[in-house]
Amino acid sequence: MSATVTAENKPAPPPVERIKVKVDGREIEVPKTTPDWQGKPQATTMLQACAHAGVDVPHYCYHHKLPVAGNCRMCLVEFGTPVMDPATKKPALNEDGSPKIARSVLPYEPGTPRGAIACATPISPGMELYPGSPATAQMREAVLESLLINHPLDCTICDQAGECKLQEYSVEHGQAASRFVETKVHKPKAVDLGPRIVLDDERCILCTRCIRFTKDIVNDDALGIINRGSYNTIAAAPGRQFDNNYTLNTVDLCPVGALTSKDFRFKMRVWFLKETKSVCPGCATGCNIIIGSRENVIQRLEPRENDAVNGPWMCDSGRLDYKWVGASNRLKEVLVGGKPSTWQTALSEIGSRLVTAAPGSVAIVGSARLSTEELFLLKQLARKFDAITDVVEHLGEADRLLVHAEKAPNYSGARITGLAYTEAGINLPRIRAGIETGSIKSLVVVGEDLVAAGFSSDLLGRLSLLVVSDIVPTPTTSIAHYVLPGCAYAEKRGTFINAKGRVQKFMKAVEPPGTARPEWEFLHELVHQVTGGNGYSTIEGLFNLLARELAPLAGLEWSRLGDTGVTVTL
Amino acid sequence: MSTKIVDRKPLSFFENSYLPTLMSGLKVTWKHFKKSALQGRPLTMEYPEQKWVVPQGYRGAPYLVKDQEGSTKCVSCQLCEFVCPPKAIRITPPGPNGAPADRRNAEKAPAEFEINMLRCIFCGLCQEVCPEEAIFLQKDYSLTGESREEMVYGKAKLLQMGGTHGGIQKWKHKLEEAEAQEVFPVRTN
Repeated sequence: MSATVTAENKPAPPPVERIKVKVDGREIEVPKTTPDWQGKPQATTMLQACAHAGVDVPHYCYHHKLPVAGNCRMCLVEFGTPVMDPATKKPALNEDGSPKIARSVLPYEPGTPRGAIACATPISPGMELYPGSPATAQMREAVLESLLINHPLDCTICDQAGECKLQEYSVEHGQAASRFVETKVHKPKAVDLGPRIVLDDERCILCTRCIRFTKDIVNDDALGIINRGSYNTIAAAPGRQFDNNYTLNTVDLCPVGALTSKDFRFKMRVWFLKETKSVCPGCATGCNIIIGSRENVIQRLEPRENDAVNGPWMCDSGRLDYKWVGASNRLKEVLVGGKPSTWQTALSEIGSRLVTAAPGSVAIVGSARLSTEELFLLKQLARKFDAITDVVEHLGEADRLLVHAEKAPNYSGARITGLAYTEAGINLPRIRAGIETGSIKSLVVVGEDLVAAGFSSDLLGRLSLLVVSDIVPTPTTSIAHYVLPGCAYAEKRGTFINAKGRVQKFMKAVEPPGTARPEWEFLHELVHQVTGGNGYSTIEGLFNLLARELAPLAGLEWSRLGDTGVTVTL
Repeated sequence: MSTKIVDRKPLSFFENSYLPTLMSGLKVTWKHFKKSALQGRPLTMEYPEQKWVVPQGYRGAPYLVKDQEGSTKCVSCQLCEFVCPPKAIRITPPGPNGAPADRRNAEKAPAEFEINMLRCIFCGLCQEVCPEEAIFLQKDYSLTGESREEMVYGKAKLLQMGGTHGGIQKWKHKLEEAEAQEVFPVRTN
């Protein structure tokens, strides 16, 4: 492993003291403290100890990245603590020499077992936890029964059905029938909570995950509980909309179908969705995402947990920015001189025209939306022709949580491959001047609209060769001699390197339209054609090749990237 | 396992003439002829002029039904689409901007509901899985069309063929319950 490659650029924390507890009779050793939602060490809870033992404790309000509330009572677990002999101040022993354990009971009713909420109760040495005991099962059954008293049971029209914890736990821990004959309390339905969120108060189980998220993670205290008793409802603060840029995370957090996304409302049942691991291309943060698609149509994006990048969250603007992938105006065929052609014709013509170009007369403009592999291939082309290269800079607003000012996912990749310099876009004026003076005659543009970047159509018209690859028609593709239809990030595989140097791979979720091909495929063919060198025809081989050639990525391999990537020093 | 060779009795001269087999065959023919032509008890039907009485529980074509008030019962939960073994059912959910359901409080109804009757195997799983009692296998067994497209029945056709099947109208009752709670003092029963 190279010295530059580290899993996390942080020193290892000091070792934590370990204590012994028993989970359902099995003794395990667990750390005395565990990082809480902010990463600070806190006493390990019963729930975490059970997780160490491989036992899932059902819960609604507890979330490992939110402060503990302890209000849903679903995680109640029966437990026992070692008995201390008051005389000797030592653990009392049974006749067989084993420590004497006092099972938790109600103080005023010693025959009745008492549970403790596993999410908030710290463990102590020698403690015994009974998540599998009949008393625990009864507590779960009772909690579920009361959660379902006023629940409308409208699973048939609920977007959460299929990924609903209330459904799952009811099947696993609940009762088959309801004993309640009383009329259910009805609450507001389809409440417009904000521009992206619909709230169904009847389905809400008041776990307050959404309230804690928006207050403690986003610092936007927009939500709260109003009314009393069984009329408790979640609501936005008076006169306010729940409209910050992270609201859709509450849809993921909501264990039931109370908070649903307006964008995904009634769109597709979740069990039809194919889930593909990917990386958000919206900005240089590179949030890990899951693309949910069905039959080649992207239905939704969800964050995928990666503590080195985005935790379990992502911003709303990134989450809703997927509709361009399946847009109807996508480029679907290769155009040579404005007429439909084939890849073979176009690539061989481009290759032979580039080979005869005078040294220094070629310029290449890439895009930070391209994968590292594609930028690397463009750099190989540039090296062959001694071309001047750059990528176009897209800047926007940043925020304190996840949104980065650079509005493309792979500026670090552009810099590492050498296609861009320390600052993206500084070579563009030189390229423009070169076209004006006539020293640059051939221009290859991949993934950018140069007219929007300040190159006039007249200026580009002076070029003797203009090759443009894009995914939608732009003013630049309309005047190009060769138009090569490319792929969106969801239609190909590759890697992005985020602003902090996290190398992350993204996978293919949907098929590209028409004869469009991934940029790395045709660039690879073009490089092969003009350099004559042998290369790799797989993305894995290509990544391993570039990792060997580029110093910051030394020692990396595609297979080592895993699902959450590897951080390199930029 | 060893093989047991069964001796085959050689046929006699009479048997070799095929006459006994021919006669036993003709005996069956005569029996049926006597029953249908002479005694007036035919075994066949003059289909399609005469139609078969479809028995109870017969699994014919699946159609969508309406409730007693003429509203679409299907809420587009897509369970039938999921369970359908030959993937004959295709539902287009309403999506965020779709038309509302044609009855109050149901919130959701399919934008389109298609059953490809060429794919359908009449297994009845759609009827069994439906939580809204909105799809039933009915008595139609003779489905014809002049093209494959014609055999894909859309929502309008399925509803028209399906007719009415009353039910408990749970969405309506939920709404009535909710509206009753808006009145003060709250009615208790």
